[in-house]
Amino acid sequence: MSGSFPEESLLELFIFETLQSLQQLEDSILASEQQDSLKVEDINLIFRIMHTIKGSAAVMGYTNISALAHAMEDLFFYLRDHPKAPYDCSELSDLILQGIDFTKLETIKIRNGDPADGDASALADELAAYLQYLKNRSASEAAERDADAAKLQHSAGMRQAADAGAAGTSCYRALLRFEETCQLENIRAFTVIHRLDETLDCTFTFQPEDIIENPDSADVIRRDGFVIVLETAVRREVIADFLRNAPYVSVMELEQLQERPSAIQHLTPLMQETEQPLHTNELAARMPDFTLQTAGGKKPKESGNFPPAHQTMISVNVAKMDKLMDLIGELVIAETMVTQNPDLAAVSGTLDNFSKAARQLRKISAEMQDVVMSLRMVPLAATFHKMGRIVRDMTRKLNKEATLVILGEETEVDKNIIEHLSDPLMHLVRNALDHGIEPPEERLTAGKPRSGTVTLEAKHSGGDVMVMIRDDGKGLHRDKIVRRALENGLLTRDERELSDKEIFKLIFHPGFSTKDSVSEFSGRGVGMDVVVKDLEQVGGTATVDSVPGAGSTVTLRIPLTLAIVDAMNVGVGDSRFSLPTASIVRSFRPNAKDLLLDPHGNEWIMVRGGCYPVLRLHHLSGTARSTASIEEGILIMVEDEGRSLCLLADELLGQQQVVVKALPDYIQNSAGSKHFAGCTLLGDGSISLILDVIRLTSAMNTAAISY
Amino acid sequence: MAGNNVYEESPEEDTQRDKYLIFSLGRQFYGIEIEYVTEIIGLQPIAGIPDLPEYIKGIINLRGKIIPVMDVRLRFRMEPQPYNDRTCVIVIDILDEILGLIVESVSEVLPIPPEEIVPAPDSPGSGRFVTRIGKTAHGVKLLLDCAKLLRDAEPERPGNAIQPNE
Repeated sequence: MSGSFPEESLLELFIFETLQSLQQLEDSILASEQQDSLKVEDINLIFRIMHTIKGSAAVMGYTNISALAHAMEDLFFYLRDHPKAPYDCSELSDLILQGIDFTKLETIKIRNGDPADGDASALADELAAYLQYLKNRSASEAAERDADAAKLQHSAGMRQAADAGAAGTSCYRALLRFEETCQLENIRAFTVIHRLDETLDCTFTFQPEDIIENPDSADVIRRDGFVIVLETAVRREVIADFLRNAPYVSVMELEQLQERPSAIQHLTPLMQETEQPLHTNELAARMPDFTLQTAGGKKPKESGNFPPAHQTMISVNVAKMDKLMDLIGELVIAETMVTQNPDLAAVSGTLDNFSKAARQLRKISAEMQDVVMSLRMVPLAATFHKMGRIVRDMTRKLNKEATLVILGEETEVDKNIIEHLSDPLMHLVRNALDHGIEPPEERLTAGKPRSGTVTLEAKHSGGDVMVMIRDDGKGLHRDKIVRRALENGLLTRDERELSDKEIFKLIFHPGFSTKDSVSEFSGRGVGMDVVVKDLEQVGGTATVDSVPGAGSTVTLRIPLTLAIVDAMNVGVGDSRFSLPTASIVRSFRPNAKDLLLDPHGNEWIMVRGGCYPVLRLHHLSGTARSTASIEEGILIMVEDEGRSLCLLADELLGQQQVVVKALPDYIQNSAGSKHFAGCTLLGDGSISLILDVIRLTSAMNTAAISY
Repeated sequence: MAGNNVYEESPEEDTQRDKYLIFSLGRQFYGIEIEYVTEIIGLQPIAGIPDLPEYIKGIINLRGKIIPVMDVRLRFRMEPQPYNDRTCVIVIDILDEILGLIVESVSEVLPIPPEEIVPAPDSPGSGRFVTRIGKTAHGVKLLLDCAKLLRDAEPERPGNAIQPNE
C-alpha cells in the first residue's frame, strides 16, 4: 500500500511519532477504562492523536492507517461534542485498542521495510457502526430528556413556555468574560463565534455586534462582557462546556430563556447588572421574563488550552547522544592533559591563578559529564505501563482477575537497557498471569482475594537496578519442576543436592515448560529462556523465588547503566583493568603460605577460613608475563550471587566513575572479549578493560546447572 | 562538481577515485584505496586483550572511540619488527568497522589509473590479500583488498561472507 517512497528520515520520524502517540493513546484508554469513563481531556487527546496519525499516514501514503484513523477520529469527534453520549467504556476501549493494535502492527511492518498491507476496512466499518449506534441512542435519549425537562417545568409551576419542548430547541443567553490579560477581546469573541458556528448546530446573535469592524468593541467587551443569544437543539451542558472551554474565557454564565427574545436589545440593560454575578437572583426577580439557571459559571478554563508540557520535550537521535558523550569523555581527558601538563613543572613560581582556573574548569566539566549521563537515563514508567495492556488482555481471555501494581516506576535506567528490558518483562508478566494467578474460584477456595495481584517493582540496589515481578498466585512446584527436568534430561546432579533457587532456575532453561496444556500466551516452553538471553545481553541476571500457594517473584538484576559504572581501577604490568565497585568485597595483601595449588594447576587461596579460586589478571592482559610472586601483588575479592573469586593485580589505582564503552564488534566476536564487559578511558587517555565479574565468577566456580 | 580540487575535503567520490595510500612493509610498497582511509595517526598505547589472533594487537583510543588495531606485518605472516617513531596507524573504515592498521611507515598518496593496474596472480598463501598490482613511475605497488584483511580476522566466522551490520 505504500505507494510512494518517502525520504528515509521522514519515514523514521513518522514511525517514531506514530509509535509514541499510540503508546500515549493506549495508556489513556487503559486509564479511562479503569475509571469507566472518558474524561474530556482524554477524548481531546485521543481525537488529537488520531487526527495527527491520520494526517501523517496520508502524507506518507499509508492509506489503510489513515482510513482507520479517520474512522476513529470521527467517533471521537462525536464524543467530544457529545460528552454525555451513552457509550459503553469497555466496548469503546475494545474498539479503540483494536485500532491501536492494527496501526501499531502496520507501523512495525513499515519499520521492518515490509509493505503495510493490512486491511482495516472491517474495523473501520465497525467503528462507523458504533458511531451510528451512539448517535441514534443519544438522539432518542436527548428527546426523552427534553420531554422530562418540559414536564418538570410544568410541575414547578413556572411560566408556561408553550414552544420550549415542542420544537426541541431552546434558547440560551450566554455571558462571556475573557481573561484580563488576553487583549484583543473582540478577536477572541470572534473566535468563539466562529467555532460555535462550526461545531454546534445552532442559530445565534451576539452583542456587541461590530466585533470585527470596530476595534473599540474590545473595550466594550472588557467592560460589559460578550453576550451570545443562541437557539439550538443541543443540550445545555454541551453548550456550557463548549463556551467554558473556549480559549481565554475566564467567566461564563449561561441561562436558559423561556421566551425567545424578538430582538437582542432586550438584553442590553441586563448586561450592566450581570457584572456582579452575585446579583443574579435579584435580577431574576426584577426580570420576570427570564428564568435564571446559572451553569456553574465561574469555572476556570480546564482543557481548552492544553498544557504545553509536550512542547518542553524533544527527541534526539541516540547516536548524537553517544557522540556527545564521547566528546565529553574526550574533554575530560584533554583537561587532564592540560592541567597536569609536564611543561607546568618547568614554570618557576607558583601557579595559584592557574590552579584556580583549572579547578573551575574541572568543576564545570564534571557537571557537564553528569548532565550528559543523565540525558541517557529514562524512567521505567513507560515500560511498566505497557504491561497494563497485557494484564488487561490476558485476564479477559483467561477469565482471570488480576490487577497490576506498579512500584518505583520513576527508577531510571539507561536507554539501551530499557530496550532490552521490555521483552523479558512482557514474558514474565504473561507467565505470572498464565501460570501464577489462579482462576477466581480457585483463589476464593484458597482463601485469597478473588482478584490476583501482579506487582512490578523497580529499585536501586548498589550499582544495579532490581526489577521484581511478583504475583500472589499458586507459586512454583519444586517437585513438578524436578520431574519435568528429569524427563528432559536437564538435571546433571542429584536433585536433593540442589537448593530451591537452583531448581527454580531450571525454568529458564530453553525448552522447559511445566504447563501441561499450551495456551495462547505461554506454555510452549519458549519465553523464559528468552528472558535470560535478553537480560544477558545487557549484563543482567534473573532469579526466581517462590512459596507454594503464596506466589512467586522473579527478580531481574540489571546494571543501572551501560554507560557509567563506579569502578576500581587496578594496574597489572602496563595494563589497566576496572572492576565494578559494587562487586568488590575486599582487597588484601596475600601470604604465600595461604596459596594452594590443585592437581590441575589451579590456584586457590585460604582467606579467613574460606577457600577461594585465584585468577591472575596477568593472564588477561594479553601479554605473556612471568609469574610474579603472589606476595608482591594485591588480591581483590569479588563476589556475585554468593560466588567469590580473588583477582591478583599489581596495584590499586583508585576508584572513579568510568564511562563504559563497548568493545569494537570486531573484538567482541572473538573469544578474548568474554572476560570483559567493555572498556573505558582513564584520565590519561589510556584504555582500561572492565572485567565482567559475573562471568568470571561463574566460570571459575563450577556451576551446578549449565544453561 | 568540485572534483578538480584535490585539496578540498570533499566526500565526492571523484576526488578519491583511483587514489591509493602507499605504505611500506620491509622493502615492499603496498597500496590501499584512499576512500577507506579516514586518517593516519602515530602509534598509540595499545591495550592488549587475551585470546585474540596474534596480529590483532589490541585496542586503542582514537579520540574517545575504541578501535582494534592490526599489525599488518603479522597479518601477512612476516617476522615481527619492533615499532619505532616511523610506525604509523592507518585508520580505515570498512564494512561499518573502524580498524587501525599498524604499518612501518606511510609514504604518499598516489593516483594509479585503472589501466596501470593488473590483477595479481592467484598464488596461495599471503597472496590472497593482494588482489591487484599497480604500476607507477616509482615501481610496483601491491594493492590490498581491505575487506579481506578484516574478514578472515573474525575467528568465529572463518572465510564467511560478511554481514555489513554485525
